[in-house]
Amino acid sequence: MSGLLILIPAALLLGLVGLVAFLWSLRSGQYDDLDGAAERILYDENDETDQDKKGR
Amino acid sequence: MSDVVHLKPASSAASANVANDADAVDCTDFIQDAGDGGHRLHLLVEGAHCGGCVRKIEGALAGFDDVTEARMNLSTRRLAVGWHGQAARANTFARAVAGLGFRVMPYDPISASGAYEQDGRMLLRCMAVAGFAAANVMLLSVSIWSGHVEGMTSATRDLFHWLSALIALPAVVYAGRPFFRSAIAALRNRRANMDVPISLAVILASAMSLAETMRGADHAYFDSAVMLLFFLLVGRYLDHRARGKVRFAAERLLALGQAPVTVINPDGTRQARHPANVDLGQHVLVATGERVAVDGQVVAGDGELDTSLITGETMPRHIHAGDVVHAGMLNLGAPLTLVVSATGEGTVLADIVRLMEAAEQRRAGYVALADRVARFYAPVVHGLAAGAFFGWFVLGGMAWQDALMIAIAVLIVTCPCALGLAVPAVQVIASGRLMRGGILLKSATALERFATIDTVVFDKTGTLTQGEPDLINRDAIAAADLTLAASIAAASRHPLARALVRAAPVAPLAEDVREVPGSGLVMVRDGAEVKLGNRPWCGIETNKQDDLDGPELWLRHADGTTVRFAFSDRLRDGARDVVAVLKRKGLAVELLSGDRAGAVEAAATVAGIEHWRAECRPDDKCERLAELERQGRRVLMVGDGLNDAPALAAAHVSLSPSSAADISQTAADAVFQGGRLDAVLTVLDVARRANRLVRQNFVMAAGYNIITVPLAIMGFVTPLVAAAAMSSSSIIVVGNALRLAGRRKRL
Repeated sequence: MSGLLILIPAALLLGLVGLVAFLWSLRSGQYDDLDGAAERILYDENDETDQDKKGR
Repeated sequence: MSDVVHLKPASSAASANVANDADAVDCTDFIQDAGDGGHRLHLLVEGAHCGGCVRKIEGALAGFDDVTEARMNLSTRRLAVGWHGQAARANTFARAVAGLGFRVMPYDPISASGAYEQDGRMLLRCMAVAGFAAANVMLLSVSIWSGHVEGMTSATRDLFHWLSALIALPAVVYAGRPFFRSAIAALRNRRANMDVPISLAVILASAMSLAETMRGADHAYFDSAVMLLFFLLVGRYLDHRARGKVRFAAERLLALGQAPVTVINPDGTRQARHPANVDLGQHVLVATGERVAVDGQVVAGDGELDTSLITGETMPRHIHAGDVVHAGMLNLGAPLTLVVSATGEGTVLADIVRLMEAAEQRRAGYVALADRVARFYAPVVHGLAAGAFFGWFVLGGMAWQDALMIAIAVLIVTCPCALGLAVPAVQVIASGRLMRGGILLKSATALERFATIDTVVFDKTGTLTQGEPDLINRDAIAAADLTLAASIAAASRHPLARALVRAAPVAPLAEDVREVPGSGLVMVRDGAEVKLGNRPWCGIETNKQDDLDGPELWLRHADGTTVRFAFSDRLRDGARDVVAVLKRKGLAVELLSGDRAGAVEAAATVAGIEHWRAECRPDDKCERLAELERQGRRVLMVGDGLNDAPALAAAHVSLSPSSAADISQTAADAVFQGGRLDAVLTVLDVARRANRLVRQNFVMAAGYNIITVPLAIMGFVTPLVAAAAMSSSSIIVVGNALRLAGRRKRL
């Protein structure tokens, strides 16, 4: 029984972390341009693009 | 060159660069204040199709020192620019992008992005929350169920129930909103849709489970409630995605009618204006390579117009003073001066758009199979649940809480998890299949409609044919002549010249070539002229008989000998086979084209189509489709031109090649990529099998209800049984849908 007191909160917390991470990625627009994201990965330079350097 | 060009004033800074769209469209009205002294501008970029374009655009803007953000969205063709400093810089940025060869239009992101994206995000958020809750509540529920066997203490069980309640109740409130809203809206209109039983089941199950938990009872249905929500949200989101891309194409379309118009003032100065601000009777100039933005009559200049967007004709049309031209045509020849006869809403282009919208509204009346099932389903479910409650409470003498529990169990097990997934699951797998074959499904109900058609109507230019001319008498031409002609032709953008270049791609580019718009090309070599162009230009007598032979070019050597190059619009690969297969499957095939009779007849004969009509205007095509519909036919329209758009919208279901005008792609239910017409067969094949699977799924869902509903009414459905039955039926339905992905492509 005492194990449950640790395991259940731990399970809930991990699930919650996943949920928050997903909601964050959704809010930060990572699903807005799936076509573009597929193309951007092909850019040659391996560091950030020009507009990223200037800080968005 | 034509004398129209001399109208250009020596100095006029405001109207200098006419070819550049961004000059005329003032972006300053659309600038948003981004706070901290910065500004943002949203632009719609026409013509950006690949990662390379994105790089070019973003790179060009990043070159400005004051630009803080430049982000091109490839899915929606939108560009966001952020910068510090003066608001008036907006036009500079728009011009920079236009200078790369893209067309840009400012737009208001608040009105444009609209409800669609908001809805999508909300569904995704709800789905995430429901998924999280379902996983965790299920974790606790499994413990409870095994605890019932293993002898869990009631204290532990109550703790688990309370924990489940803590997770499930907020999740239900949050993730259930899409269903609650829709159910309330339906009830306000005194109708019942699928969302009414769903909402009722979820709310009642949650409320009763909470009451049971407070009593310290054995069973709670939290897991069923959140799992139901999760499964249904998956289906709902898939459905939403399926409707996706259509809207963006429609938005881009708005830009088409908004290219600036060059107005020639009475004093000879020129001025770029928005089409809406051009008055009737004014003179406007249409530069070479520019699209006509108004309807009007030619007063000066003569040359060639590409009318394919409006009429579907392959070959450019010769235009002389006095001819009427329409918005949407492209000027290939010398600059033209027009007297404006109609602008904006009055143009033929606007008529076509209106025809299309009217046709689309008619089609909106189509009710999807799932909705037809739901209409009949909701009252039955409510009737059963109410019957179970009153049966046990009044006749069976049971306590009202227990009777209500049974009624809820009925609602839960009948709840359309399988029904909600039956259609979306098949649709997503079918559209994935089609997407790998280069076919994009746009409309959610398209598959159903594809499955039922019995007549196929093709457009000619660009659909049945390649839409571009091809050299056909290569064997009759000496190799040296072909090379010479191709090297001269390389200097021109005329469709026939480009066809020549394609026929002899290795020919070197000739020097000293001059283009005489409307006539041809002339090259001066060793003091003598070599001409390539139309019949009169090369000094050949016009023979009436030869006119029917289709498009041609003549090469006239310096010594006066001539060579004829004949062209025709070749059929797409496999067009003939596709028509044959369609006929073998018992489908009627027709050809409707805006092109001239000779060209249509030739194409129809080669493709093996007996029924054809030529010189159809857009409304003629719609009329013919309506006629077929009155005969009880279900028509698939395959077309690409702007002139096909209304027909595409009016047909029972429609298909466009990806080379089609944006508006046609908007109107079509599916778009296929690549040059082969086989896509028609693939779509029909997949659609028919998908439809069969959907029906099987409905039958299975119904069969599942026939087994579980009596159990629920008798009171045997515990939370474990409900969860198991619900999951298994969903898995069976999805598994059945997966069969579609498994089989090989069949032709």
